[in-house]
Amino acid sequence: MSFEVRVEKRLGGHAVAADFTAEGPVTALVGPSGIGKTSILNMVAGILGPDAGRIVVAGRALFDADAGIDLPPEQRHAGYVFQDDRLFPHLNVENNLLYGQKLARARDARIEAGEVIALLGLEPLLRRLPRNLSGGEARRVAIGRAMLARPAFLLLDEPLTSLDEALREEMLRTVERVRDQFRLPILYVSHNPEEVRRITAEVVRLSRR
Amino acid sequence: MTLTAAEWSAVALSLKIGLVAVLCTLPIAFALAWLLARHRFPGKILVDALVHLPLVLPPVVLGWLLLVLFSRSGPLGAWLEDWFGISLMFRWTGAAVAAGVMALPLMVRAIRLSLEAVDRRLEQAARTCGATRWRTYLTITIPLSLPGIAAGAMLGFARSVGEFGATITFVSNIPGETRTLPLAIYAELQVPGAEGAVTRLAILSVLLSVGALLASEWLTRRGRGKDAHVL
Repeated sequence: MSFEVRVEKRLGGHAVAADFTAEGPVTALVGPSGIGKTSILNMVAGILGPDAGRIVVAGRALFDADAGIDLPPEQRHAGYVFQDDRLFPHLNVENNLLYGQKLARARDARIEAGEVIALLGLEPLLRRLPRNLSGGEARRVAIGRAMLARPAFLLLDEPLTSLDEALREEMLRTVERVRDQFRLPILYVSHNPEEVRRITAEVVRLSRR
Repeated sequence: MTLTAAEWSAVALSLKIGLVAVLCTLPIAFALAWLLARHRFPGKILVDALVHLPLVLPPVVLGWLLLVLFSRSGPLGAWLEDWFGISLMFRWTGAAVAAGVMALPLMVRAIRLSLEAVDRRLEQAARTCGATRWRTYLTITIPLSLPGIAAGAMLGFARSVGEFGATITFVSNIPGETRTLPLAIYAELQVPGAEGAVTRLAILSVLLSVGALLASEWLTRRGRGKDAHVL
């Protein structure tokens, strides 16, 4: 089982909740905007604490309210591609890519930097600062950084938004390559049914309670 | 414009005191700015008020407080004397303490603003990449707030070099030891016919302060975009 997520969280006036298990390799998380898809990813990544529930990814319990388990983000080994990229503005592309890898040296090195840089076509960008990247380039760097942090699983939050048509197709192919080449469980948030159909048959629909 | 030996001594002393005051105050200012920017705790408003006190308190009162604290029979003075054999009274080190205390609020303010401006979401991203809390501070938060920290240091330096009231009250006006630029100007003002010296020292003082302020402004803008400033 790739993902077992059963969480509840009160955020301001409304509640965010999810209850699903998925076999993967890719699980799409869909639902209307404002339903809390990103909040669910944040809870899996460990940057938002659920009020109750349990999160198990690839057989490892990351959060379990009853058992008192709540791993800090750095111990969850998530490769998180944020919707807004969140590249470190003071580091060039190369150092953004290697940020997680440097920290994860002790863990298994199944994804090589060279491999990811080639896969994502990042070679010509390595010396640039994030502010000099186009939207598509920044997104590719964000994906590369997440993959190089030696993740045990990937969280992709609307990785195709704010990209134009040609770039969307390119990015979709990149995600497919990542899916097929690295075989990491992926939780994929999207609101585009077509995009989801292409990537996976396993769809979790969030709805208001 | 040529300066006399005594005037040079005042300039050199001002720079030395300003530098030492800023270097010693910087870690304290950073810790306080961090506490105020990133933490909620009971009594926070009191700490905030205390930090800003030197900004609004008459400097002579602050000088008197330092005198009470650091005199040989004062609580801190007695401790320093007994344990380290150090006395700040009538020494340049005392002037540096006075300057540091006066500079503290300005430094805390600038550093706090720059810490608050760091996008917390970038810190979250670093954590998901495997960085511990401390590593995130060292590799993301501090580098991103560095222009603000540098701006705060420059502002603190400018304030230290200009310090007068607390210094003269606490460590008096001793040539070569505690007579900084402003104190030298004050001393020259007491002497009939010393307008030339006063003018020279005043021009120097203005140049030093304007230079430090401009450097501080430049660093802040560099760090936070054109609209940001600490002045």
